[in-house]
Amino acid sequence: MPKIIVEVMPKADLLDPQGKAVGNSLKRAGHSVATVRIGKRIELHYANTPTAAELEAAKQIAADFLSNGVIEDVVSITVEA
Amino acid sequence: MKIGVVTFPGTLDDRDAARAVRLAGGEAVSLWHADTNLHDVDAVVLPGGFSYGDYLRCGAIAAQAPVMQTIIEKANEGLPVLGICNGFQVLVESHLLPGGLIRNEHQHFICRDQKLIVENVDTAWTSEFTLGQEITIPLKNGEGGYIADQETLKRLEGENLITFRYSEVNPNGSMNNIAGLRNARGNVVGLMPHPEHAVEPGFGPDTSIAMRSGVDGLKFFTSVLKSLVEA
Repeated sequence: MPKIIVEVMPKADLLDPQGKAVGNSLKRAGHSVATVRIGKRIELHYANTPTAAELEAAKQIAADFLSNGVIEDVVSITVEA
Repeated sequence: MKIGVVTFPGTLDDRDAARAVRLAGGEAVSLWHADTNLHDVDAVVLPGGFSYGDYLRCGAIAAQAPVMQTIIEKANEGLPVLGICNGFQVLVESHLLPGGLIRNEHQHFICRDQKLIVENVDTAWTSEFTLGQEITIPLKNGEGGYIADQETLKRLEGENLITFRYSEVNPNGSMNNIAGLRNARGNVVGLMPHPEHAVEPGFGPDTSIAMRSGVDGLKFFTSVLKSLVEA
């Protein structure tokens, strides 16, 4: 199914408790990972390949609803036909 | 005076909020998330809980609910609105108050009787307090860390919009010890701690006088009733 994929990450200067907990666990297991940050991948599915207007609408949805600009950044919006 | 209490799927403290309204002498009216009609209420409480399972972000989906579209419109016209805990999160996600709330700094859910300093009494919900008064009401949250950019913080401080600050302990890493905010007009107030759990002797926080005798939360509700009578 054609989709628009939106990726959202917590802002770089904010504490990401999930990432911190996973990072600590990896370090405890002996891995050389320095830090981990966890974000979200949101897929919007469409019946047909999204039009330019639908992509524009998705960008708006990503900015207004799927992310909160105070605490998060939309890092990518990609179309997968 | 009729005060609406909104129930979203996942709201927990609507019954307590309605009871607080009644104990203060008001009439509580249940409002449903799918309703666009506010049934002629004179004020609205957005209670605590985990609306929509905290999916996406706390309060984000509730902010899109039909009832919120009407509340946002009326709040901008002056309708008194109090957001408690998840209700505060709904207010920031609705852009009725600035900033955001993130996971507590130490990553634990906290539940404690919390001391607060009343920083502003020029609101519909705090007029019965005295400026600088210390009150104690319960706090229970996992995502109560208040954040905002430096420019917003400067504006909040400069325009006296900070309504409550945590006293003695900052339980969740909130910037500038912010526990609650108001809008410029003073009709919208949001805070993380729970006034509706400190309204009846025997069920509130401990005080120096007796166990569970704290009723500091009641003044939120008597304040709004008084402001409505005077309006």
